[in-house]
Amino acid sequence: MTEEQRAEQKKGSILVVGGGISGLTATLEAAEVGYEVFLVEQNPYLGGRVAQLKHYFPKLCPPTCGLEINFRRIKDNPRISFYTMAEVQNISGGPGNYNVTVKINPRYVNEKCTCCGECEKVCMTKLPDEFNFDMGTTKGAYLPHEMAFPMRYVISPKILGTDDAKRAVEACKYDAIDLNMQPRTVNLNVGAIIWATGWKPYDASKIDNLGFEYPNVITNMMMERLASLNGPTGGKILRPSDNKKISKIGFVQCAGSRDENHLPYCSYICCMASLKQATYVREQYPEAQIYVFYIDIRAPGQRYEKFYKKIKEDENIFLIKGKVAEVQEDPSTKDITVVAENAVSGEKVQETVDMAVLATGMVPNTADTKLPGDVKCDPDGFVVSDLAAGGMYATGCAVKPLDVTSSNQHATGMALKAIQTLVSS
Amino acid sequence: MEKKLGVYICTGCGIGEALDIEKLEKKVPPKIKVRKTHPIMCSPEGIELIKQDIAEEGVNTAVIAACSRRVLYDVFDFGPETVVQRVNLREGVVWSHKPQEEGEVDEFIQEMAEDYLRMGMAEAEKILPAEPAELEEPIDKRIMVMGGGVTGLSAALEVARAGYEAVVIEKEAQAGGFAARMRKQTPSVHPYEDLQEPVIQEIIREAEAHPKVEIRTGTEVSRIAGAPGLYDVTLKPTGTKNKWDIPAPVEAAEGAEAPAQPPMADEATPENPANILAKDPEAERFGAVILATGWKPYELEAPEKPAEPAEAAEGEEAKKEGEEGEEVKEALSLEHLGYGKLANVVTNVALEEMAAQGKILRPSDGKPATSVAFVQCPGQGSDEDFPYAAAITSMVALKQAKYVREDGGADAKAYIFYQHMRTLGQNEYFYKSAQQDEGIFLTKGDIVGVSENGNGSLVLEAKDTLLGENIKVSVDMVVLGTGMVPTTKDDPVLNLAYRQGPGFRDLDLFEGYCDSNFICFPYETRRTGIYTAGCVRRAMSIQECREDAMGAALKAIQCIESANRGVSVHPRSGDMTFPDFFFQRCTQCKRCTEECPFGALDDDEKGTPLPNPTRCRRCGTCMGACPERIIGFSDYNIDSIGSAVKAMDVPEEDEKPRVLILACENDAYPALDMAAMHGLTYSPFVRVIPVRCLGSVNVVWIKDALSKGVDGALLIGCKFGDDYQCHFIKGSELCDIRMDKIGEALLSLALEKERVQQVQIAIDEYDKIPGIISEFMATIEEVGPNPFKGF
Repeated sequence: MTEEQRAEQKKGSILVVGGGISGLTATLEAAEVGYEVFLVEQNPYLGGRVAQLKHYFPKLCPPTCGLEINFRRIKDNPRISFYTMAEVQNISGGPGNYNVTVKINPRYVNEKCTCCGECEKVCMTKLPDEFNFDMGTTKGAYLPHEMAFPMRYVISPKILGTDDAKRAVEACKYDAIDLNMQPRTVNLNVGAIIWATGWKPYDASKIDNLGFEYPNVITNMMMERLASLNGPTGGKILRPSDNKKISKIGFVQCAGSRDENHLPYCSYICCMASLKQATYVREQYPEAQIYVFYIDIRAPGQRYEKFYKKIKEDENIFLIKGKVAEVQEDPSTKDITVVAENAVSGEKVQETVDMAVLATGMVPNTADTKLPGDVKCDPDGFVVSDLAAGGMYATGCAVKPLDVTSSNQHATGMALKAIQTLVSS
Repeated sequence: MEKKLGVYICTGCGIGEALDIEKLEKKVPPKIKVRKTHPIMCSPEGIELIKQDIAEEGVNTAVIAACSRRVLYDVFDFGPETVVQRVNLREGVVWSHKPQEEGEVDEFIQEMAEDYLRMGMAEAEKILPAEPAELEEPIDKRIMVMGGGVTGLSAALEVARAGYEAVVIEKEAQAGGFAARMRKQTPSVHPYEDLQEPVIQEIIREAEAHPKVEIRTGTEVSRIAGAPGLYDVTLKPTGTKNKWDIPAPVEAAEGAEAPAQPPMADEATPENPANILAKDPEAERFGAVILATGWKPYELEAPEKPAEPAEAAEGEEAKKEGEEGEEVKEALSLEHLGYGKLANVVTNVALEEMAAQGKILRPSDGKPATSVAFVQCPGQGSDEDFPYAAAITSMVALKQAKYVREDGGADAKAYIFYQHMRTLGQNEYFYKSAQQDEGIFLTKGDIVGVSENGNGSLVLEAKDTLLGENIKVSVDMVVLGTGMVPTTKDDPVLNLAYRQGPGFRDLDLFEGYCDSNFICFPYETRRTGIYTAGCVRRAMSIQECREDAMGAALKAIQCIESANRGVSVHPRSGDMTFPDFFFQRCTQCKRCTEECPFGALDDDEKGTPLPNPTRCRRCGTCMGACPERIIGFSDYNIDSIGSAVKAMDVPEEDEKPRVLILACENDAYPALDMAAMHGLTYSPFVRVIPVRCLGSVNVVWIKDALSKGVDGALLIGCKFGDDYQCHFIKGSELCDIRMDKIGEALLSLALEKERVQQVQIAIDEYDKIPGIISEFMATIEEVGPNPFKGF
């Protein structure tokens, strides 16, 4: 059965937009009640932001563990249809009866792909690797990552018309590369829509005083990739300018968050994320000194509090209450100096470190991308659902800054709200 | 069903180059007539071959020797009638092994592929298609909600709005819980600055008006018997005792007048181990339970009472119920705060209740309090908030500071002393709105002490403040930001008539909250069909409780619908199989009953297990536990894996050792695949069999392997301990215990203990695979060949 045929025969179903952890949860929870669900994801793989993380706090377990189970739940569930490289173009109708146009962008690789990897081997051009925040490169034919689901290669449109594309086609023994693939549209009729459009890291280059232009100043999401086994350094935390080992590192909390000039709200996860990343550093560098500059340590709840307590036991982790005023670089050594005022002692604190990690916050993707359909956002760009009207519901970090477990909790609830719309219409 | 196998060998993705396919084909026994080899088995032409054989040759079991079962699952799906057995030649053999001479077919790698094919065929012979578990009685779709506070009422309404009936059980005379005793609640909508009127009254009205919601106040749960879809619940008036009570009521005191009752077979008494099986004929039937019994205020211990030894402090009864080995709670050092001594030092709970009833008045003399200090953290050098505070107490202090400003006029002052203001997400706006109020003074500070200033006023002294100096403020009241203790902290609450006990297990991992250990699956509990919401799970705001109620409502409905379809819930959602028990051979050892991570089994007075199909999650822990090997699934059983093990070829030559690897399919097996994708290689002498969970591993598989000369068995599974990653909670840990025991058995056979080892791995640690395997191979080399070889 083709995807279109499947799509057409279903009525009174749910559309979930966004295949990150919130969207996956909403999809699976609704489908396991017994409803038909369509999941639309713009990336070539499902998993979203969490697929880029090394570990979850506070368990320090890999996100791929839960993703593997979720993907198996999808495999085993005939009620779920998902589209990757897809975006919702148009929505008409109302609760109980929405007509949705979904555009599916060409992957240039069809379902015959066996993931043998021959196409990748013959591609010569190196392209910036978005999955790794441009640290490192990918080929024009690539698998986004080894846990990617669906497990299928992608041809970057950037190599179309080049020799790389030709070589890739020739290398494929399975007739899986189709460079003439065109965008196509799928029309869905659904009763309810869940927006799980997620977030992106705040653009650190907008924070003038924190020195993101220096090579040894990175963001927390970049740190996740650096520390990940499947990241640009094979999991080794090395400073970007010279691949040197780390003996001293600084974490700059609230990089953009809780700041009227950037993000006035708190981004919820960054304190815990930095404490977690301190464990990444500690695992690789038993002697390294780790400085965390913070306004408040926000470790909400017993389990997070316990984690924070454990971090405090590390004598070489220095938690300094003080907002960072400036981040400087020594042009000769490329070392980074973090300047802050200790909020308690009032002293100016200056620490020179090998590299600094900016704990940049969360910006909802809806802050600068308007969703089709009648969707309202608050001034920060977070989606405001009209629960009374029903029909469309937002979840996860599209609604508010959240950690993973709260996102899943919220998404489970929104799956119910969507079902309520189906039941009442 | 008569098995008819078809064997399909793919030569794509490097398989054809690395292996002698003709030789491989010869390993298919002649009795299997249907056999095909294709250069791309997953291509439309390859799939068509298989489909034709299913249609024309009557093949009902397709053994597909190609890639890992984790990929192309949809391509190789021929409907529920056809069993598909994947033989992993690609990731498992050719991608993870390099020939000694490049371009040549390597003898060891070839043997590996041949073995896997043999093992796959042997296993496939023993697998039958799954059929939905059939229940003896129709299930009930009503949902019982325990707790009539904001979470419970919200959950009931959410359930009802989805078309299901909900009954709310509230022990108090009135529904509403603590939410009904609040003056205002913290903001939940932009601009997140202003206090909101409590929503609880509106929720109560809606719940009372909804035809599908029933609220029973003054009612408690005496016992919950049964299983999802089939719960039999005994309810009783609050505070009364009932013969169905779980745990059973304490016997009447000696000499007390008790009418001599004839011993009833179904009577529930502590002496009668079958009491959990007793059926209350008056019980009400429910399909699922939402536990929303909330919290109680953290009780500050009065400082003048030093902590006494547990024996002296607690009565016999309390001692009996207390957990063995529980640490005596460390009394917080609160003397400096004056609580219990100074009348005007109160908790945030007391202040809220006062504020809800009127103006904030000093307890000592009833004078309006125009200056109030809020203490978030007991201090004394620690930056920890009061126990069970979570992030809630920061928001509560800000809210109550605003009450002080509302009540006390323009000059009223609120002081908040904190270590970390925990106003997460958009709550930051609320914090900011307080910062902009000149009458609210916020500072970090370690409280030195609270003392009385004559006439009832208090002086609070703090050090290490943001002002860089010690501060003394004179206030009418001091409010301590105490936390929310879950009702499940020292009470099973649920009163389950389950063999494994009346409540959730191992809640000490979460300080008594009944939270999930799974970040990915926040509603998963160890009691199928019972989902928790609100402050019993974590300290939450009203808005968070309402949202949490939605999720729990969904899970309750989902469980009922799954039970109705005869399929499992998470993590093997949709699995239709249910373990079969061959009771004639049961020796009543009770291991299955005791080890099931989900308490799915009860047992009768003899100890014979009584399965509850709708509680079961299909992990197979019971199958692994059973010494008589009488438990199995149609598609996964002792015989299916055992046959694969027995199908291993064990050469007698010393230079060809053989090692069996049983790998958890959830984490270890994907890690093996991942290692192969990265071109990591490992010994060709191992044979990997994926298992559902290490908990399902029966020691007989290991014994079978060793008794046929296999040199060692390596079990690779999920990490266990407090941060366990096992999707079935206890599987890998139980396996570890069993393997420890098997070691002793091996010694009695003059086999070295080292031959069986278990290692823990996370799914992303694929880089460790080669090291783990080579280390084990080195161990095996050291202990030498299995002396049973060739027997």
